[in-house]
Amino acid sequence: MTRFITSSFSHLILLIGILIMVVPVWMIFASSTHTSSMINMNGLQMFLGDSFYENYLRVLLYQGGFFKEITALKMFFNSFIMATGVAILSVVTSLMAAYALVYYRIKHATLLFWIIFITILVPLELRIFPTYSVMAELNLVNSYFGLIVPISASAIATLFFRQFYKTVPDELLESAKLDGANTWRFFVDFLIPLSKTMIVAMLIFMFVFGYNQYLWPLLVTTSEQYWTVVMGLKMMSGSIVHRFAFVMMSMVPPILIIIVLQKHFIKGVFQDK
Amino acid sequence: MSFLDLKNVTKIYPNGTKAVHETSLSVDEGEFMVFVGPSGCGKSTLLRMVAGLEDITEGDINLDGKLMNEVDPSERDVAMVFQNYALYPHMNVYNNLAYGLKNRGIDKETIEQKVNDAAKLLQISDYLQRKPSMLSGGQRQRVAMGRAIVRNPKIFLFDEPLSNLDAKLRIQMRLEIKKLQQKVGVTSIFVTHDQVEAMTLADRLAVINNGIIEQLGTPIEIYDNPESLFVAGFIGSPQMNFLNGNLTNKTLSAEGFEIKDINSDFEGEVTLGIRPEHLSQTENGLINLKVDLVEQLGSDNLVYGQLKDKKDFCYRCPGNQTIEKGANLSLNIENNKYYIFDKSTGKRVN
Repeated sequence: MTRFITSSFSHLILLIGILIMVVPVWMIFASSTHTSSMINMNGLQMFLGDSFYENYLRVLLYQGGFFKEITALKMFFNSFIMATGVAILSVVTSLMAAYALVYYRIKHATLLFWIIFITILVPLELRIFPTYSVMAELNLVNSYFGLIVPISASAIATLFFRQFYKTVPDELLESAKLDGANTWRFFVDFLIPLSKTMIVAMLIFMFVFGYNQYLWPLLVTTSEQYWTVVMGLKMMSGSIVHRFAFVMMSMVPPILIIIVLQKHFIKGVFQDK
Repeated sequence: MSFLDLKNVTKIYPNGTKAVHETSLSVDEGEFMVFVGPSGCGKSTLLRMVAGLEDITEGDINLDGKLMNEVDPSERDVAMVFQNYALYPHMNVYNNLAYGLKNRGIDKETIEQKVNDAAKLLQISDYLQRKPSMLSGGQRQRVAMGRAIVRNPKIFLFDEPLSNLDAKLRIQMRLEIKKLQQKVGVTSIFVTHDQVEAMTLADRLAVINNGIIEQLGTPIEIYDNPESLFVAGFIGSPQMNFLNGNLTNKTLSAEGFEIKDINSDFEGEVTLGIRPEHLSQTENGLINLKVDLVEQLGSDNLVYGQLKDKKDFCYRCPGNQTIEKGANLSLNIENNKYYIFDKSTGKRVN
């Protein structure tokens, strides 16, 4: 009986927590399906209205920006390219960096690793001017390359992969060597499949990281053609329902990527057992 | 030159530890060689140098007439079974066996043929689609062996492959390894610290201590004729009894008894070694044993007790004899099977 009470109590707390988090999102969603005059007169709505298609289509296709060159659809495309690029590039580079640090006979590998690790303490904002000037010199302002590359070296992902590689038993490498695997084959046939779960987790993490970038895209793009969704959230003008609709849509890609990749993530976890 | 030739092989680790001292050894084609010794004696290091997993500090290793010193392990055509098997956890059994063949660019049909043959030989055909995590210890052991066999290498290297198995399975796998080696006929080196494994498996045995081969020979030679105190103590179970003594004028005086007409000119302090199984009960025997404890193994009894000067001593007698705790036994050494070692150098003197 006491167990029932404590468990209902903890469930109650969880439910309250969920409500606190979900209700505001729901209110924005519900409000975004009404007309703007309705919201202006009656405030935020709890129930769905009937202007869903009208509002969302308009937001997606509306030519915005100072020069009317950018649509929300294009922003989603830009953000998707940027986030995917950051995710893939950072996972690939950290996989390889960690491999070199753990398996190659590098002098002072540990020191090198800590130097890489320290970059966590140096946020982008601190190096933003030198990084910008490098990109400008390389003529990479206003390009996807310029959006992606400067934020794609991830010390955190390197740390995770390095720690994982260190747990891989030496016998596995030795056994693979005797089976005729060279350095590259060991990496491709062993370390990558073995770290699949972690790769997926890092892809999700880095995708969201890339998607959420605001300051760097703001700086490195002057053309509206390269605006991203998060920039758009700030730049957005127009009626309140359209802004709400855009906010709702901006949440979709990260959620989608988690749903899609989570399958593999969970599969990987179970297979490793 | 024989099939595998080690010449003055030495291993010194970067921290200065000398693991293997100028070891020379030849293994003939098809021979089953066992390296046995206590942990840390350098036996695994020696094996790993043959595999190419450790650099050779000095000396030469020749395999099948080719100098191997600088050859990469992947090019040596050796197969190794590791203590923890080192199976590839993300591949099923089939791919575990096939991986080495794939890397050698063998076509698919031949690989399938070879894998199936090896699986049949080892009775793992039913598990080919399973991952190693779904197999029992004995099955994993077989897969590890299969991975070695399937490639048809020049030499098999076993690095204590049985030590992770339970006692019953270990005996069974020991037999299987021996049978398999005889069937396949591949030159093998087997490293173990278990002297029973060493005795049962080996065609020839190398007893290694502190990075030196103390004695090399067939198991029975080593059992019958240990050349040093270390070998005498290491081979044989229960361990040989050691007593202090003095050898003068072909007469050995140990604690409480004398042996005359010894075939040795050595003079000085010695250690007398007597195996527990080389004793028998008589009246007025040389050795008087006060029994402390009797272990009944069924076929044998192991009788533990003390001599006059409280020295521990063991005697092995047939299981049908009843011996009570506290009894006083009078024992003789059968057929003069005793061993005398120089106490300072440990070398055999009789």
